[in-house]
Amino acid sequence: MCYIYSESFVAETNPVDAPSDNKADHVHDTMQNLDSRPAPYVKDQTQEAAEEERQWEATEVKEADHVPDTMQTPDVPPPTPAKDQFQEELVIRPLHSGDIYASFQFRTMWDTDFLRGSKVSHYRLFPKSLGQVISKFSVRELHISFTQGYWRTMQWGQPFLPSPPGAELWVWFQDTVTDVDGAWKELTNVLSGIFCASLNFIDSTNTVQPSASFKPLGLGNVTDQRFLRYAVLPREIVCTENLTPWKKLLPCGSKAGLAVLMKSEKLFHSSFHSQALHFRPVCQDWKCKSTVWELRQTLNVVFDLHTSGQGKREWSLFKMFSRTLTEACPLASSSKVYVDVTDNPQGELFELSPTTPLLSQAVVLGDRRTYSVYDLTNQATFGQTRSLNMLLRWRAAESGDMLRPLLHGERYVAGYGLQTGEIHTLMYNNHPYRAFPVLLLDTVPWYLRLYIHTLTVTSKGRDNKPSYIHYQPSKDRLRPHLLEMLVQLPPNSVTEVTMQFERALLKWTEYTPDPNHGFYVGSSVISALVPSVVAMDTNSTRECPLFSSFFPCKEESSYFMRVYTEPLLVNLPTPDFSMPYNVICLTCTVVAVGYGSLYNLLTRTFQVEEPSPGLAKRLANIIRRLRGVPLL
Amino acid sequence: MAAPLTLLLIVAVTIRAVLFRSSLAELIPERVEVVSPLNAWKRVVEGLALLDLGVSPYAGDVFHETPLIIYFFHFVSDYAEIVFMVMTRLVGCVFLLQFRKQKYALEAERYPLDCLELIRTPKEMYYIPLKVAMFYLLNPFTILSCVAKSTCGLNNAVIALFILCTVKGSSLMSAIFLALATYQSIYPLTLFAPALLYLLQRLYIPVNWQRSSFWLFTTQYTFMYLGSLCVMVCLSFFLLSSWDFLSSVYGFILSVPDLTPNIGLFWYFFAEMFEHFRLFFICVFQINVFFYTIPLSIKLKEHPIFLIFMQIAIISIFKSYPTVGDIALYMAFLPAWNHLYRFLRNIFLVSVVLLACSTLFPVLWHLWIYAGSANSNFYYAITLLFNVAQILLVSDYFYAYLRREHHLTHGLYLKRKDGSEATLVLK
Repeated sequence: MCYIYSESFVAETNPVDAPSDNKADHVHDTMQNLDSRPAPYVKDQTQEAAEEERQWEATEVKEADHVPDTMQTPDVPPPTPAKDQFQEELVIRPLHSGDIYASFQFRTMWDTDFLRGSKVSHYRLFPKSLGQVISKFSVRELHISFTQGYWRTMQWGQPFLPSPPGAELWVWFQDTVTDVDGAWKELTNVLSGIFCASLNFIDSTNTVQPSASFKPLGLGNVTDQRFLRYAVLPREIVCTENLTPWKKLLPCGSKAGLAVLMKSEKLFHSSFHSQALHFRPVCQDWKCKSTVWELRQTLNVVFDLHTSGQGKREWSLFKMFSRTLTEACPLASSSKVYVDVTDNPQGELFELSPTTPLLSQAVVLGDRRTYSVYDLTNQATFGQTRSLNMLLRWRAAESGDMLRPLLHGERYVAGYGLQTGEIHTLMYNNHPYRAFPVLLLDTVPWYLRLYIHTLTVTSKGRDNKPSYIHYQPSKDRLRPHLLEMLVQLPPNSVTEVTMQFERALLKWTEYTPDPNHGFYVGSSVISALVPSVVAMDTNSTRECPLFSSFFPCKEESSYFMRVYTEPLLVNLPTPDFSMPYNVICLTCTVVAVGYGSLYNLLTRTFQVEEPSPGLAKRLANIIRRLRGVPLL
Repeated sequence: MAAPLTLLLIVAVTIRAVLFRSSLAELIPERVEVVSPLNAWKRVVEGLALLDLGVSPYAGDVFHETPLIIYFFHFVSDYAEIVFMVMTRLVGCVFLLQFRKQKYALEAERYPLDCLELIRTPKEMYYIPLKVAMFYLLNPFTILSCVAKSTCGLNNAVIALFILCTVKGSSLMSAIFLALATYQSIYPLTLFAPALLYLLQRLYIPVNWQRSSFWLFTTQYTFMYLGSLCVMVCLSFFLLSSWDFLSSVYGFILSVPDLTPNIGLFWYFFAEMFEHFRLFFICVFQINVFFYTIPLSIKLKEHPIFLIFMQIAIISIFKSYPTVGDIALYMAFLPAWNHLYRFLRNIFLVSVVLLACSTLFPVLWHLWIYAGSANSNFYYAITLLFNVAQILLVSDYFYAYLRREHHLTHGLYLKRKDGSEATLVLK
């Protein structure tokens, strides 16, 4: 179930025993205070909750026992202990702004042990190209995302998997890796080739090692940031050539299953497009005796059908993707389509056709949602026409109220001129009565020289001193600024973080080909354990047993959330690119004037001039004689 | 003498105090002409903030002061304004003292009779220290530098103290202050030669390679200088227990990685330089600063004080991150050479150019950075002109000094063989 997914983030954000430095420990403590339950207990709770929910769903909704498999950690044991496994899923959520959010998730489980030196040469479902890279560079976790567009949290709510505009890559290496920087450099170049992206532009000037913001999401308790590398390329433009290699990693490619919907001319004709790949170790079974490797490929896209559909609010699979579904991927153990019908329990807002008897409930990002489920492995789903084309037609002009996202962030550059500036980061806590801490991570390139003494954090007009600051100043042409802070956000407030910077003049070869376009600064990352909204809606119209909703049960009390702010575009002063020769000549001339005049005086001596002077000199001498000063 | 001096000090303090309290106090420290990455007060504060955060100030590329400076300001940062005022005061007073001592032996019989008008009267000499102090304290460049709290003022104070100790003949103190100045910003290394020459002259030791007394004193002075330099560097190491500051301070000065515009020649040159020639030209430009030491020492070995002036001027023109504070230091010497005015060839032109450039700096900076209606070439052109003017000024003084020396030995009104009036030329 979805909440378990978010729970797993929480559990792993919470380190078991971190052999890292004191500063990081401090943060861990703070994070632990938020969520100090030990991991096994989490599992038990999760299991209980799962069973409990299944029970009451079973009595309430017909055939609701089939929970969304794709978004869970393996607490439901797989039916057969198959070695490799593949699941696919599509979630469609009508957004309150009138846009449609479609989220694909594909999960491939890889049961192998490439760490113990055994050379893996046989690949079945897991993509070989990626498997070889991962085993060569001893990668423990790899998260990569390519995003075009910016996710508008205030209009669209929270995405299932947040990602910053551009490319983002973060990797945890195995603790056996000795030369982490070397492995990172090679890995980025290899990934650059695999995904046809400019990941080869990742070098030491945009790589950081965050101390607290990016903890491993998979199994394992190594939290030493020496093995973590994080880089963002905000300038990266995502297009078809990145999608094709990404699709090739799927076992069915784009030939069958949900992936047939991914036609690039439709996917890239959208307000937001994000494709990601997450690789991590997870438990294989209940008891977690052995681990398997999970590859999760996600693709999120937001369509603006409202404006393109002449104001008619309706959508269908065909309208969105210009394809319909005809079959599941034959290799997939589960293949489902979910449509979010939470706001439409009685069907008064919109009608969905064909209807499906399957319903599912899940707590996603602290919010309990209801989904209609279409199981593609069941032939009945496709009906008479042998194809599935869901159609949703709105009845009401207004969609229901959206719960305001509890946390969101904004960022902008203030100031004018090309000499200095100020970065403002605004963090909104929209919770009416709960304060919660957030971790803010800022990576700023070296050519914006930050002044840490100008850092101010204010909430509600008062100074809000961060309880933890990890600041790594930049080195010119070597490494960026890294600022991590733990800030307590008071309830219902805006917290403003400001910091002044100075714009550097670069060498003329260091500018991008369009220097006056400006330089990008990657998004800030705000990570937080947010109090759930489930406890907030007291007069819930949704039917829900009383026994399940008195004490905030653990899964719902808080959830992990990551918010990316906008990337910044900053102008730098530029030299004149057309005149390097002129500058070299002119400056050298001036130096030569200095050298020449001194050389002249040093090597020559004064002598009385014998021959007759020239005309100019004679004139000068006449004037000098009139002035009564010695002659030349 | 005391009354005008008190008056001068009061005026100087008042000007600075008024500026510190005015709105200009926020504008001036941002000016690239007044502060450089090496000595900006903002960066000192940043270094202190990093120290408070538990990060080494040299972990980043913002702070480039020496460790002793940061620990000095660690204790007095609250009184920074006062410190800078006192430092400027100090420089003024020091100049006042040193030139009182520097008097010319008026051995009139050694010179031809008609040269008497070239020799300064004791009355003229009497007011020179006051004029020097006035030139320094009331120089707009010094005032700007002080209001910007540029640590350049500290370096100037150290150099001034060094000159004072040298002139007073205290070789130990002279070596210590010279080491301190070198420790602060490498370049004063070239002042070693004039200091040695002056001290030798004072002790009546001729510069003669065969004489053991010459070698004895040279070794002694070198040892004192290197010893105190070593002590300072080691002290810095023990304060921070790392050698990071070496690359962060001296590497930064020598390799010029920060191309923030300033009034010098380096920034635009290396911003526009082709990558594979960079190292070559950095070497050329840095050697250029040190290059003149030996020929100048040979030429001016009888006149070490003028040699000090020449060296300071060359440093402030050709150093990698010059500011107006450095210029103010050598300009303070100019009243001491007032007897050279009659031999200056183009002082009017040079002063006009310097004045015009000083006013054009902020104008063109504004056009480039804020208005966007000019580009970097405009500002660069002004820095070029400003440096040409400075070079002309210095070489003009050098010319005048040499010419005066020539006249002192050969008489003021030279005659040609046929008896007509002769003109002097360099050959």
